[in-house]
Amino acid sequence: MMYHIRATAATFQRILRQLSHDPRTLALIFIVPCVLLGLLRWLFDGNTAEFNKIAPALLGVFPFIVMFIVTSITTLRERVGGTMERLMTLRIAKFDLLFGYMLAFGLLAIVQASLASAVLVYGLGLTIQGPDWFLIFTALADALLGTALGLLVSAFAKTEFQAVQFMPAFVLPQVLIGGLIVPLAQMPDVLEKVAYCMPLTYAIDALNDIVTHATISNDAWRDIVVVAAFTVAALVLGAVTLRRRTK
Amino acid sequence: MSGEQSIEAKKLIVEKSKQRVLDELTFIVRKGSITGLIGPSGSGKTTLMRAIVGVQIFKGVLTISGVPAGSAALRTSIGYVTQMPAIYEDLTITQNLRYFATLANADKKQVAAIIETVKLTAQKNQLAATLSGGQKARVSLAIALLGNPDVLVLDEPTVGLDPLLRRELWQLFADLATSGKTLLVSSHVMDEAERCDALLLIRDGRLLWNDSRELLLQKTHTTSVEEAFVYMVEKGHVS
Repeated sequence: MMYHIRATAATFQRILRQLSHDPRTLALIFIVPCVLLGLLRWLFDGNTAEFNKIAPALLGVFPFIVMFIVTSITTLRERVGGTMERLMTLRIAKFDLLFGYMLAFGLLAIVQASLASAVLVYGLGLTIQGPDWFLIFTALADALLGTALGLLVSAFAKTEFQAVQFMPAFVLPQVLIGGLIVPLAQMPDVLEKVAYCMPLTYAIDALNDIVTHATISNDAWRDIVVVAAFTVAALVLGAVTLRRRTK
Repeated sequence: MSGEQSIEAKKLIVEKSKQRVLDELTFIVRKGSITGLIGPSGSGKTTLMRAIVGVQIFKGVLTISGVPAGSAALRTSIGYVTQMPAIYEDLTITQNLRYFATLANADKKQVAAIIETVKLTAQKNQLAATLSGGQKARVSLAIALLGNPDVLVLDEPTVGLDPLLRRELWQLFADLATSGKTLLVSSHVMDEAERCDALLLIRDGRLLWNDSRELLLQKTHTTSVEEAFVYMVEKGHVS
């Protein structure tokens, strides 16, 4: 047990060290969402109500997309570069590796979401009824979901090109019909049903909920539980696709 | 040859998409020896090594110190160096070794000494991405040495190295073997066989020879391993 905790912690540190040698990627991860939110505010110049409606939901979308891409590429590099095979010859358990990833990218997501939330609330004048921490909490749940799905799909990519293409394939549909552009109730029935099968829908719902409710509703908590359940499922499937021994 | 066996294979078969990549290999590798796994590229060397380190599915019998290959118990006792250096390019040499030291349950104090062993002390704080191919290969070797594994499986560890460095590495391999470690070193360069105690000659997934180099030359009436290899392929068997 001690070994597995140490292996997880070492993996967490190792990933952060790798990222620390790549300040440009870190800057992009942290600054791009803030700039995009600023752009959006400008776009809805004078229409504060409309901005208030869409901006919080985006706070859930950014970490999801960014962590999905970063994780799938990092994992793919491990598979292609041979370090994954080396790890598989060692005592480290698959879950030690996966948890190390979740911790590292989870931390990154907390920083990203805190920055973006601060910009939203203090810089762009977003007013939300609920507690601020729930914004960051939901963003963290989304980031972990993105990380878990990124780990999973990287098993199905052979090159970095393919891994990047999973973004429009897996992520964009969720953004399009997740309730961000058209509210779920106004969608065709079939699309609404499809939307309820996708995790990002619940994240967007939770974020919208916090804008209009002073306390965290049961619906919002249910949304978080659903996102967490998708994350666990993706993680378990990811562990299954990670083979120690191959044909 | 004497000494107890470290690696033993009986009718070892590996099939990839219905093609036999390894065809009923039966051999033994002695403990405390350097065994050269020699054969042209595409002959199945890497597949055999992957089977030994436990990441390749196989049929037949393959044991390391009597334990079936792929068992969890073996994960702390085999060091594996892949053909392409398996290291993190965006970490320094020391950071690479410290990470794998934790995973191999090795003492962190070992890290500096091992970096010195592979002659990379001057570069220890350099990012792996900035190293030359030969330096990366040595980082990969250093990682395999962490935790003092009993068996070292090295896939073409000296390719592209400067001859002086190559000689030093072979000296290191000899020292490791003297200290009781078992080394299986693959190469497609037949001269490297000169430095091995025993040879596994392999071609198209079939084993041509598993014994000492001297006996090979004697039986084939040749003076080099390369000639002996050609002789055996042409005759189909040893006279």
